[in-house]
Amino acid sequence: MKLTTSLLGATALCAAVAGTTAGAVELEVSHWWTSGGEANAVSKFAEALNATGTHTWVDNAIAGGGDTARPIMISRILGGDPMDAFQFNHGRQAEELMEAGLLLDLTDVAEAEGWKDLVNPPSLLDACTIEGRVYCAPVNIHSWQWMWLNNKVYTDLGLTVPTTWQEFVDTADEVRAAGKIPLALGGQPWQSSGAFQVMAIALAGKEPWLAVYQDHDESVVNGPEFTAVFEAAAQARELARGSNVQEWQQATNLVITGEAAGQIMGDWAQGDFAMANMVAGQDYTCLPGLGVNEIISTGGDAFYFPKQDDPEVEAAQKELASLLVSPDVQVSFNLAKGSLPVRGDVDLADANDCMKKGLEILAAGNTVPDTNMLVTPDTSQQINDLMTEFWATDMSATDAQARFAEIIANAE
Amino acid sequence: MAVTDQAQTAVPRPATGAPARRPLRVFRNLASKIAAIPMVLTALVIFVGCTLWTVVYSFTRSGMLPRLQFVGLDQYERLWSTPKWLVSIQNLAIYGICAMVLTLVLGFLLAALLDRKIRGEDVFRTIILYPFALSFIVTGLVWQWLLNPDYGIQNVVRSLGWESFEFNPLYNPDLVIFGLLIAGIWHGTGLSMCIMLAGLRGIDEDIWKASRVEGIPTWKTYLFVIIPMMRPVFVTCLVLIASGIIKLYDLVVAQTGGGPGGSSEVPAKYVMDSMFGAQNLGQGFAASSMMLLSVIIILIPWAYLEYGGKKRV
Repeated sequence: MKLTTSLLGATALCAAVAGTTAGAVELEVSHWWTSGGEANAVSKFAEALNATGTHTWVDNAIAGGGDTARPIMISRILGGDPMDAFQFNHGRQAEELMEAGLLLDLTDVAEAEGWKDLVNPPSLLDACTIEGRVYCAPVNIHSWQWMWLNNKVYTDLGLTVPTTWQEFVDTADEVRAAGKIPLALGGQPWQSSGAFQVMAIALAGKEPWLAVYQDHDESVVNGPEFTAVFEAAAQARELARGSNVQEWQQATNLVITGEAAGQIMGDWAQGDFAMANMVAGQDYTCLPGLGVNEIISTGGDAFYFPKQDDPEVEAAQKELASLLVSPDVQVSFNLAKGSLPVRGDVDLADANDCMKKGLEILAAGNTVPDTNMLVTPDTSQQINDLMTEFWATDMSATDAQARFAEIIANAE
Repeated sequence: MAVTDQAQTAVPRPATGAPARRPLRVFRNLASKIAAIPMVLTALVIFVGCTLWTVVYSFTRSGMLPRLQFVGLDQYERLWSTPKWLVSIQNLAIYGICAMVLTLVLGFLLAALLDRKIRGEDVFRTIILYPFALSFIVTGLVWQWLLNPDYGIQNVVRSLGWESFEFNPLYNPDLVIFGLLIAGIWHGTGLSMCIMLAGLRGIDEDIWKASRVEGIPTWKTYLFVIIPMMRPVFVTCLVLIASGIIKLYDLVVAQTGGGPGGSSEVPAKYVMDSMFGAQNLGQGFAASSMMLLSVIIILIPWAYLEYGGKKRV
């Protein structure tokens, strides 16, 4: 009885508190940024929103990466209990949610702020747009096509730090002989799939890559360029033996601590190098396009805002959307995350060597769309399944090639 | 409703010549029938209705959201040509058979040992049942660490001086399913032990006295007298274990994530991955319909044997 009364009292108190702060909205935001660098970056958003003084950022981070987090977010939205904002990789992941009208239309915010003119490259905004309506706020550009090397591993062995994939492969034996893993690779499916497509774009080149991922032309998969890619991947598989870790940040950590020499991973790895107080160019080296083809894909993250009935929440959601794209927030967030800003008009004076390389490639226009924009999650999952099997077992390069061709032929 | 009632009352009366006051069958135990209506509706709508809905939508090309766009058997054709699904089925078969046999055998052995009126029975019972109080997620994580070659059992044994010792099932595609099995059995044996212990306690003391008088060895009494008498207990255990096996999902997610290289995939995970990861509901529904079908194929002959034919006393 006593408990009931005190509970009732507490409820009344809560209601009273909520009543006094009308107008201020608590925005629950879901994302999967949980590694050290990522968490640091997302706190910039939270600080910016809390600094407005009216609304508060309620953080709802889901650990385990996008493959774990996306199903949770989707089932919450479909289940009628949506959060106020959530992060996806922009592309086709949220396609059906937009089509079904479950997301807030941000077109008025986009027009008022002129996103169309300032978001660069424009493909980022296109991925948010369906039938002329804008449904998401792009926040950063991430590219997959990077290789990270620990300089100390090489200098200790009296080697020069590799500048191309071929040099990396040539020195791998000596790295292995020193008891270190040449290539760190986590066990999560998207990592092996990503490493493969990075090797594909670096070793096969832009045109064949686009023919496969964009036009879904399976004859190119069976062509000589991709045969070479599959052979190189089989070689890389041997180099990755012994990295018994799951998450990407654990694999990155192997490189940071010098247990492994290198890792193929997107530029989000940079945040973790920075958190470990390592200096680009001095302690670690980054090779865009594996040092062969300096092309980056312009994927990234975007925030989506599920529809809520409350107009007050809706206004707060729109405020948050414009805040995320605003210049100051773009700079502080992207510096922490190691990603590139979505707008061309901000100054990244504090950018390190690797980010500058990325900005140069971006300015030169050597970009391709991200795979998430080109293939459906269904196809992407099939590729993931194939790649994780290929990297973890002794599947031959020709078998993998045949199965990959089949997936591409059936892709929508 | 009223019209049909009148019709029913009107027809049988002249035929049977029953007394006019006799209440209708429909209205007998009326209160309990009304009380059962919510449960009957729940069963019909949620279990039968939703199952049918799932089966119907497995013939469509539903993506993230269900839509009625029929594609015939396409989803099933794709399902059975997907290596991942075939691996899942194979894994579930290996895991299912081993888990079923081992959990029953170990559960019974432990129960029989505890039943020998040993000292500290309560302590042992608590220890053995304890894993069951943990969720599969916790179990999976605990065993992921224990079986990790760099931190777990392998490392401990090696640090004791046995340098060549190798026990690394989770990173070996051929052995990973047994790594899951160890965790599954560790988790489930306690419960079947408790149920069997209760069954053993239910055996009349006179049976034991009689077998002792006849000079039958203890193990023979267990094997030929006690176990046949415990048939209902075994059936209970069997059903509990079987349902645990079919829905095997969280343990895999926590312990291996389906790896290495997709070699520890299970059907329930395939369903979840297709429905939410790949945003392909149709494929997920097709897979779950196949799971349902396999359960029905096993269940119907068994139910027929168990309850059909003769009425058991």
